[in-house]
Amino acid sequence: MKILVPVKRVVDYNVKVRVKADASGVDLANVKMSMNPFDEIAIEEAVRLKEAGIATEVIAVSAGVSNCQETLRTAMAIGADRGILIQTDVELQPLAVAKLLKAVCDKEQPQLVLCGKQAIDDDANQTGQMLAGLLNWPQATFASKIVVAGEQASVTREIDGGLETIEIALPAVLTVDLRLNEPRYATLPNIMKAKRKPLETITADALGVDVAPRLKTLKVAEPPKRSAGIKVADAADLVMKLKTEAKVI
Amino acid sequence: MSEYFAPIRDMQFVVKELAGLEQVAQLPGCEEATPDLVDAVLEEAARFAEEVLSPLNITGDLEGAKWHDKAVTMPAGFKEAYKLFADSGWTALACETEWGGQGLPKLVAAPVAEMWKAANHSFSLCPLLTNGAIEALVLTGSEKLKADYLEKMVTGVWTGTMNLTEPNAGSDLAAVRSRAEPQADGSYKVFGQKIFITYGDHDMAENIVHLVLARTPTAPEGVKGISLFVVPKFMVNDDGSLGERNDAYCVSIEHKLGIHASPTAIMAFGDHSGAVGYLVGEENRGLEYMFIMMNAARFGVGLEGVAACERSYQRAREYARDRIQCSDVGVRGGPKVAIIAHPDVRRMLMTMKSHAEASRALAYVVAAAQDTATHHPDADERQRNQAFVDLMIPVVKGWSTECGVSIASIGVQVHGGMGYIEETGAAQHLRDAQISTIYEGTTAIQANDLIGRKIGRERGATLNALIGRMRALDAELAGQAAGSFVAIRKRLHAGVDALDEAGDWLVATYSADIRSASAGAVPFLMLLGTVAGGWQMARAALIAQARIDAGDRDPFYPAKVITARFYADHVLSKAAGLASSVTDGAEGVLALTDDMF
Repeated sequence: MKILVPVKRVVDYNVKVRVKADASGVDLANVKMSMNPFDEIAIEEAVRLKEAGIATEVIAVSAGVSNCQETLRTAMAIGADRGILIQTDVELQPLAVAKLLKAVCDKEQPQLVLCGKQAIDDDANQTGQMLAGLLNWPQATFASKIVVAGEQASVTREIDGGLETIEIALPAVLTVDLRLNEPRYATLPNIMKAKRKPLETITADALGVDVAPRLKTLKVAEPPKRSAGIKVADAADLVMKLKTEAKVI
Repeated sequence: MSEYFAPIRDMQFVVKELAGLEQVAQLPGCEEATPDLVDAVLEEAARFAEEVLSPLNITGDLEGAKWHDKAVTMPAGFKEAYKLFADSGWTALACETEWGGQGLPKLVAAPVAEMWKAANHSFSLCPLLTNGAIEALVLTGSEKLKADYLEKMVTGVWTGTMNLTEPNAGSDLAAVRSRAEPQADGSYKVFGQKIFITYGDHDMAENIVHLVLARTPTAPEGVKGISLFVVPKFMVNDDGSLGERNDAYCVSIEHKLGIHASPTAIMAFGDHSGAVGYLVGEENRGLEYMFIMMNAARFGVGLEGVAACERSYQRAREYARDRIQCSDVGVRGGPKVAIIAHPDVRRMLMTMKSHAEASRALAYVVAAAQDTATHHPDADERQRNQAFVDLMIPVVKGWSTECGVSIASIGVQVHGGMGYIEETGAAQHLRDAQISTIYEGTTAIQANDLIGRKIGRERGATLNALIGRMRALDAELAGQAAGSFVAIRKRLHAGVDALDEAGDWLVATYSADIRSASAGAVPFLMLLGTVAGGWQMARAALIAQARIDAGDRDPFYPAKVITARFYADHVLSKAAGLASSVTDGAEGVLALTDDMF
């Protein structure tokens, strides 16, 4: 079984991002970038499936600027067998990425696509779902447990009320949640081996996909500063304020 | 903030732009070290240091290593962290591929080691000593010893120690009294007590390989009668499995000022039947072999100085950003500001930042020279680099670690009263940093090595070549009109003059009046470190300016130029004073009779 894992290069989770002065977006100049943490969980899961003898090959795919190669090398240091970079300097939106990934799936014919549930930069939470739609494959999102058996996968999903376990037929698109696993530290020998693993670069044009943005960003702003809290007299006062002022109950 | 963030940006700058990764990667055997691989290694090492080792720094300090029943238990989390460390292959980074290592150059190993040390000084000592033992065995061990021990040590399954010091043989190793009696089967029985044995016992690995200095019955007195032995904690069977417990026990551990999580063992060899030992190399050449370990270890300890500067700087910087106190100076009744706004706090932070960067630059440049000295195809080039390395190892060790202590002390000062309270963590850095100026040879031992073996004996040849390289930078600095470069050029010029003058005095005085020369040894070591640090900062500023001129907008570069300027005005400016202490200071040091003290 072949597993395809899309990985996105994002601002490192430790970085305090700043909005650009012209409010056009987040300032990415000289900011540390790394792999989207949810994608790291997806890679880890794919590598575990390979180590368990269920998967035969793990392919990491990234779309974006040439620096995404570093993200693919990281994926290969964790254990992906090869990498594919769809190189483009265009700002990529979820639908464009889903279309690019569909083109790669058509070519590679994976049995399973494991995506992070969302990327920590735009928090869109759309690409996996859109990809499943484009491929006309079943999807299971927010997975916190995955058991693959033959042509089926049993997936435990994190939903508002708790956990839901569903069975889906493969091929399928799964998006993974935080509690699925704890990604390993890449070992030094594997970091060095990753350098020698194949990394193929293709262009969006070559895949015949129009990646032009469909959405326009009007303005990016810092979240409002939190104002100081107040002390309430008693529980009744609290309930009253929650009803009349906060309007949450 | 108690977290450590590896200063990857500066590390990459120094490795790639200042110390010449490109040239090192062209050396035979160093081809693996491409820029992208180095980035990947640094980033993953940073992650390990930040997420696994750093959180154990304070808890390890509070809990400390514990001794009971002739065995040491490490603080909570250390055993698991060590296993993850070894399983991740970090122990093998710079070891030879023949024994399971990755064979990466010293220039890559140096920043990685700095991260371990900055994240957790106590933890980092275990791999440091193991690496020293590996290096000695690779160079001098018999094929049998190598086959029996090396792979397990390289992969971190076993760890290593250096057993030199005895109660009456500290800096004076000629006084070693431990003895080794030859046995019929070719092995030896080792008897004696060793003290200050770092990681002499612990529960992180299944076996410990002690390298022990001892005398055979026929050995001559003094340094020429000391041999080196491998004494394992557990005997190793022919199939590589572990056999009986050897008669080598940790009988106590020390209570120390700092590095509480690093067990400092008192080792008893042969209290029962004699500890089985195996001769390393030839009899009576032990000290010579030990110096192989010692040089690698001294360089490693020098990195502890860099790490102490960096870690205490990071903590002080975060505190200075958070701590609100007083209005801006000159703004009467103005709003209260973070103390980072206050000029003297800035001066302290710049002192910390510039020392971290200068000592890092110098150490990594020496690391690159070690790679060239080992791997360059041309014998002259190897020799030239080795001479530079030999000259600078006592400086990297002595100067950087002295900087580590003074910078960690400034780190406490930035915190004010809170710095004196253990909870802020600033005090631990100071307590931990102090040991680095002592072990592997005190600062005075480094300074004596510097003025004697490295300068006096060859009448300053390598030193003068180095001074020539420093002077060669002057023309390039003269080509930059900006105020920072005017200051850097002026101070570097004066600093090199001072070094030159003190060097000449030292060469002349060393043969004529060794007591006077020795009285100036440590000031000279500090002088050489100060000027060499300024030389590297000046080079760094030039490289940074070239990037700025080429249109690079990374704020790292202007910050580098300003930091170099600060170093020139506030640190390099002290070179003349240090030179005076060397050339004029002996009288004041030596004149009192002992009873007048």
